[in-house]
Amino acid sequence: MLKRVAITGITGLAVFAGAAFASEDPISTRQNIMKSNGASAGALFKMVKGEIEYDALTAELALREIFAGAVAFPTLFPEGSETGGKTRASPEIWKDKAGFEATALKLENAALAAIPAATSGLDQLKASLGSVADNCQACHEKYRLEKN
Amino acid sequence: MAKRSLSRLLGLFLLAVVAGLWFTRPQHIEASAIPERDPDLTNGERMFWAGGCASCHAAKDAKGDDKFVLQGGLELKTPFGLFRVPNISTSNAQGIGGWSTADFITAMVKGTSPDGRHYYPAFPYASYEKMRYGDLIDLKAFLDTLPASDNEVAGHDLDFPYSIRPGIGLWKLLYLSDRPFEANPNWDETTNRGAYLATGPGHCAECHTPRDIFGGLNAERWMAGAPNPEGGRGRIPNITPHADGIGNWSAADIAFFLESGFTPEYDSVGGSMASVQENWAKLPGEYREAVAAYLKAIQPIASMKAEDDGS
Ligand code: HEC
Ligand code: HEC
Ligand code: HEC
Repeated sequence: MLKRVAITGITGLAVFAGAAFASEDPISTRQNIMKSNGASAGALFKMVKGEIEYDALTAELALREIFAGAVAFPTLFPEGSETGGKTRASPEIWKDKAGFEATALKLENAALAAIPAATSGLDQLKASLGSVADNCQACHEKYRLEKN
Repeated sequence: MAKRSLSRLLGLFLLAVVAGLWFTRPQHIEASAIPERDPDLTNGERMFWAGGCASCHAAKDAKGDDKFVLQGGLELKTPFGLFRVPNISTSNAQGIGGWSTADFITAMVKGTSPDGRHYYPAFPYASYEKMRYGDLIDLKAFLDTLPASDNEVAGHDLDFPYSIRPGIGLWKLLYLSDRPFEANPNWDETTNRGAYLATGPGHCAECHTPRDIFGGLNAERWMAGAPNPEGGRGRIPNITPHADGIGNWSAADIAFFLESGFTPEYDSVGGSMASVQENWAKLPGEYREAVAAYLKAIQPIASMKAEDDGS
């Protein structure tokens, strides 16, 4: 019963995030996607570190969130959103749109590909988490500025 | 008469210049000063990763085994102009294949080339000078096992007056300490090990500590964050144990960050730190734990606003 509630909670969050993708401010929308990435990565890492109990459904939902976010994310960098709203988006994104989109696509594919393993047990999650998480760093290295 | 004193003045001036050049002349380390040692290649490789040589000397965006090909060519944009990182592979023609161990140690701790030129501090020898000779001998032996590349790298494009190498002699007089690493008697062995790793090979301060107007590290603001050396909007974060820095990270959080690239909020590392973190992930856990202990032990310092440090 409790589990059901938790699931609807997370699914609800996903739907809410989905609605937020369409918001009119691309900067805060893309930042919210990334905040949700942080939360999803947190859930996965905490299971791997043994800080929370392993749960296949939570792992799947976290990966689906990351997947959905990666689909929407590259569409949120229209001309004119290079600065403002404390954005840390690097000018490199606009100089190299194709490379940026390819990097998002890699995360999209990796998140989806990791679902079967991540839902079949903690050891498999441990073994496959790197294939997803490495994509976060790869993009931040090239396309995100340091904090101000 | 007036002509006489003028030429005397000129003479004095020339004397001062000569004396200046003499005091700031490139220094060497003699082979006889280097201890005998059977090189330990495992330790040499660890010094390679802790030292981050591949982050600058491998090709741009090199991944996997390409990080062992130290072909040079990466461009470093700085306020002084554009540096092109040299080839330090084992190629005799383009790299440092023909160098003796004394040549190598001289470059790393004195910032002097085998033919007696000063190196620019964009090569972080002001940190590497703290490295122990044993670690440097091992590192040289490890570099000798890496592949040769005949990649030819063009020279730097620096603005005047930085384009004049002898001028660096003065800089060295100010900023090379000429003293080996000193352990802090108030710290335990792990913390001191971390201090050595972070200030010597790890050269964390080269990015995380702001510089004064001559480009030397400002010891008063050790690790308290700095403007981005490549310019741009962002800043390099404060990593002192202050609330403005990473005071709310535990030592385990810092070690986990160096291992995985994830902060306690599960944000993923980016910018120039990404490559540093990839290097540290290759080291044994006790290296990361030692650096974490050191970062918890240093002086907590509040951050400055961007406009206060001339950025
Ligand atoms: C395709 C590129 C890309 C990928 C892949 C990517 N990020 Fe990001 N991330 C960014 C950019 C760009 C920003 C800055 C957005 C802005 O400020 O406009 C950012 C910002 C963030 C932030 C800060 C959000 C805020 O404003 O507080 C977090 C947290 C984050 N990312 C986590 C992650 C995690 C975790 C992953 C992997 C699961 C990931 N990112 C993958 C590009 C990416
Ligand atoms: C932050 C970037 C950076 C890092 C990290 C770095 N170097 Fe360098 N290195 C340079 C630059 C720039 C030069 C050229 C200096 C000059 O021309 O005055 C250089 C020069 C050298 C030289 C002299 C090469 C020659 O042809 O004369 C050697 C040797 C060297 N580095 C070794 C190393 C080793 C070993 C490491 C790792 C422990 C390392 N470097 C890490 C930037 C770096
Ligand atoms: C080449 C420059 C460079 C070097 C060398 C470097 N750092 Fe960093 N460091 C950065 C940058 C840039 C960031 C910000 C990363 C980002 O924007 O995601 C950072 C971030 C960090 C953070 C996270 C701080 C936060 O608030 O999120 C820690 C911890 C850290 N570095 C520790 C170290 C340690 C320890 C070393 C030495 C072993 C080191 N750094 C060497 C550039 C550097």
